[in-house]
Amino acid sequence: MESLSNLTDAALTAIRASADLRHLDELRVHYLGKKGVITEQLKSLGALPPEQRREAGQAINQAKQVVAEALEARREALELAAREARLAAETLDVTLPGRRQEPGGLHPVTLTIERIQALLEQLGFAVAEGPEVEDDYHNFEALNIPSHHPARAMHDTFYFDATTLLRTHTSPVQVRVMENQAPPLRIIAPGRVYRCDSDLTHSPMFHQVEGLVVDEQVTFAHLRGVLDAFLRAFFEQNDLKTRFRPSYFPFTEPSAEVDIQCVQCGGHGCRVCKQTGWLEVMGCGMVHPNVLGHVGIDSERYSGFAFGLGVERMAMLRYGVNDLRLFFDNDIRFLRQFV
Amino acid sequence: MKISNQWLGQWVDHGLAVDALGHRLTMAGLELDAVTAVAQDFTGVVVAHVIAVDPHPDADKLRVCQVDDGSGEPVQVVCGAPNVHVGMRAPFARVGAVLPGDFKIKKAKLRGVPSFGMLCSARELGLSEAHEGLMSLPDEPAAGTDIRVLLGLDDQVLEVDLTPNRADCLSMAGVAREVATLTGRPLKVLEVPAVPAACEDVFPVRLEAAADCPRYAGRVIRGVNPAAPTPLWMQERLRRAGVRSLGPLVDVTNYVMLELGQPMHAFDLAVLDGAIVVRRARAGESLVLLDGQPLTLGGDDLVIADEGKLLALAGIMGGEASGVTDDTRDVFLESAHFVPTAVAGRARHHGLHTESSHRFERGVDPALPLRALERATQLLCEIAGGTPGPATVAEEASQVPVRAPITLRPARVSRLLGLALPPERMREILVALGCEVSGAGEAWQVTVPSFRFDLAIEEDLVEEIARVHGYDDLPSELPLVRPGITWLDEARVDPRRLRSRLCDLGYLEAITFSFVDEALEARFSPDTRPLKLANPLSSELAVMRTTLWPGLVKVARHNLNRQQTRVRLFETGLRFVPEGDALKQEKVVSGLICGALLPAQWGQAERPVDFFDLKGDVESLLALAGLDRRVSWRAARHPALHPGQSAELVLDGESLGWVGALNPALEAELDLEMPVFLFELSLDKVCRGRLPRFREQSRFPAIRRDLALLVDAALPAARVVEIIEGAGHEALKGVNLFDVYTGQGVPEGRKSLALGLILQDLSSTLTDEKVDEMIHGIVTKLQEEVGATLRA
Repeated sequence: MESLSNLTDAALTAIRASADLRHLDELRVHYLGKKGVITEQLKSLGALPPEQRREAGQAINQAKQVVAEALEARREALELAAREARLAAETLDVTLPGRRQEPGGLHPVTLTIERIQALLEQLGFAVAEGPEVEDDYHNFEALNIPSHHPARAMHDTFYFDATTLLRTHTSPVQVRVMENQAPPLRIIAPGRVYRCDSDLTHSPMFHQVEGLVVDEQVTFAHLRGVLDAFLRAFFEQNDLKTRFRPSYFPFTEPSAEVDIQCVQCGGHGCRVCKQTGWLEVMGCGMVHPNVLGHVGIDSERYSGFAFGLGVERMAMLRYGVNDLRLFFDNDIRFLRQFV
Repeated sequence: MKISNQWLGQWVDHGLAVDALGHRLTMAGLELDAVTAVAQDFTGVVVAHVIAVDPHPDADKLRVCQVDDGSGEPVQVVCGAPNVHVGMRAPFARVGAVLPGDFKIKKAKLRGVPSFGMLCSARELGLSEAHEGLMSLPDEPAAGTDIRVLLGLDDQVLEVDLTPNRADCLSMAGVAREVATLTGRPLKVLEVPAVPAACEDVFPVRLEAAADCPRYAGRVIRGVNPAAPTPLWMQERLRRAGVRSLGPLVDVTNYVMLELGQPMHAFDLAVLDGAIVVRRARAGESLVLLDGQPLTLGGDDLVIADEGKLLALAGIMGGEASGVTDDTRDVFLESAHFVPTAVAGRARHHGLHTESSHRFERGVDPALPLRALERATQLLCEIAGGTPGPATVAEEASQVPVRAPITLRPARVSRLLGLALPPERMREILVALGCEVSGAGEAWQVTVPSFRFDLAIEEDLVEEIARVHGYDDLPSELPLVRPGITWLDEARVDPRRLRSRLCDLGYLEAITFSFVDEALEARFSPDTRPLKLANPLSSELAVMRTTLWPGLVKVARHNLNRQQTRVRLFETGLRFVPEGDALKQEKVVSGLICGALLPAQWGQAERPVDFFDLKGDVESLLALAGLDRRVSWRAARHPALHPGQSAELVLDGESLGWVGALNPALEAELDLEMPVFLFELSLDKVCRGRLPRFREQSRFPAIRRDLALLVDAALPAARVVEIIEGAGHEALKGVNLFDVYTGQGVPEGRKSLALGLILQDLSSTLTDEKVDEMIHGIVTKLQEEVGATLRA
């Protein structure tokens, strides 16, 4: 049986040396296949005397098993190695950037309008819109600003002809809403407005958000309440101080201008608030009876308040933008800061 | 309005520091803009009397002076001012004085002559910009008097922004009245005694437009000296109010306007002919104003004329020919009431804005003319001498504005303010404001003072009460809101969603001006006549845009010029399209892309954007409302777009907008140097979808059949899909165009389209025979309609 053990040793050596699965399979066929050299040994059993056959048969089967186990072990080892090699080959530098389209973003003026809208919608304000090319009636007359009123001088109006103009404020939307809807009313009107003025702090086009509430029992205290709550929410500052100063708008009476404590310096005085500690953010007031009268709303039964705020001003304060003109240059590097 | 705190103090002893006073005014609606010192810091400057002036031995332009500075000993000073002379009084900075700019005065030698101090000009004291040699002081002050005390320079000016309704505060008297009300301190009313006539001379006045000018006070003063110096105190008050001193005749009228609020005018009596006539101008009459500007007038203009000519534009500006001059000896003073409507708008119409028109168009107290006339007469005679005639008043009493009583209901005040203010407090405030309050109980009658043109209705009084009470002391509370449900239009996509989709697709939002350059606009919309501004700021902002593209293209260029080579922008807004006599203000969403599709990155080859990149983005937008399946893309020409790369989007026969490449000619004109792709869609139409409607879903398997078709190369692929979908097979669930091929194996002038047809029946599994039959029918139809053949 010398040859069987030699054969086994040779097989085990070959299996250990085998480097890939295909070669390993060839070895399996060579040793253990139907015509494999070890399998062939079984055929020689017939030549042995019967009393030796059993023992010799056992030896051959044992050799077959040893080789089979070696083959299996080697196969597993080779498979594992192959898997690991593949994983190693597939390893990526996960720190490389992902493939993608760069995200875009909204203009800061739109971000601000949407924020104002989202806050005021919680109080039941609905958005209303109106034309930007307006008529004199809605922009002025119906708002209690007759043709020679000194307040017109404050408006620097762009005209097309004697009666057609670019709206100088969003207030005409108030009138249009009241012409078409009966109280109770609670609307805001964001949009573009135009003034014939251009310098460091004035743009010929800018944005306002108008607010209007008309109902029974609406008071000046409500106006303060709504604006106080809104301004605190807008700046996310619960202790934000506000103050209401008497002012003048022909379409409101009483009228007020609203200041907030400077959000830059906290009211101590700085360049932004011109050392006053206060920032003017909007105009407001109780809707003038003449305005209600123009649209046929009974000012004895109903009262209302209105406010108008400058969006660019709010955006500058909120985001710290220091130059109004940047909003309309549309420089990508500027716009990207708000993505 | 500039208010000297010192001057104010003579009217009301308000007892407040300047900052506190400013705050009180601001919180009462007279917004403090700035507080400035009337003079910069300086010390050690006194009145000196020049007693000797000798030439300097070594310098032509210098003089050696001896001055009396009140110290008892003459002081030697070397001086270079050309106007120094013996007998003059001038400010003198003693050795040790510190002038503005921290300039210390020391003993010095000028060209070898010792000098102990410096004689000063107004400019050296920071009081004026003028450089006219030494400041000449009047004769009264004693040598050694401190200049700061003499001129009252330890004073501050409060600059207050007055709203147009508060014309009553356009004078010291008005501001003082307001301060007295706010502080509860008494007003020291100026006594203005009538000046007795010293001669009988009068000049007749005729009111021919009494509704515009119901009251006209006038007076002749003979023998005035127009060269008399305006006293220092008056010069200083004028200076602090921002008014230049121009000689006593003009200074006095300006001073009275600042003091009492009544604009006045002085005519040279020698020029007047017959009578003063206040009337409307006749069309075409002309007048040269004081500032030399010639005006042609019309019937809306109110003028002061005499029997032969126009003298002044009433309440706005005097005429050149009738004004006082250095030769004037006799004057006629005008102190009239012009009603606001007679002046309002007229000054602006002529491009004028004067202190006088500013006041009259807002409303001047009709009770003032005579009082102001007496005050001016008194001052003028004191300063410039002269013999006053009697004051005359021409008046149409029925036309003088009267303040009608206003009904005030204390309950309504409380209701509007949301504050239960005691009625007694309301009455107190109204009385303090000068109102007469009568009646008691639920409705009062309130007559407001003649100077308050802004108080006409109950709400005006509500504001006055709130204002004086203090807005800060009013309550603040959220209203109780009656709940209601706002209906939501489910088939409409919120435009905010549209914008966020564009952001997700990599677009940055731009906001461009709604007015654009006319020439550029014409390049984009040559067939439209845009709406033109009558008063544009510049030619670049002259017409209303009829498309958002010019604005976006300019933004792209701005960025390309700044090293931004990849541009993806969108904007939403109105375009203004004239349609006949009407104007359509249509909301659109527009976009622009150019440069690389993706930002430069390691794993992706850089590729410039093309039409289909933009089309994909637009389809993605359309998909929000399910329109990507319903809109048809039609090859069509647009003047701004590349003729072979432009499509009009059509939905149910209506145009939805345009998509395409910018016309290469325009691209070159605008120096863009790379292809630019644009879209513009009607926002409302893009947002208008349909409510989803459920359809039964098949439980049987779907079958896919692929067709390779040869068609004419110019045939739009969409036409083939349209024919297949239009064949009327209910089982056809989808058509997928998955390849377009020309080249080897495809005849010249033809192209191969590969289409996958998905078929599925609702009630059974489709048999091969059935499918074959349908496909055969479709292929036959394609052949008949567009000559398509199956590719072998």
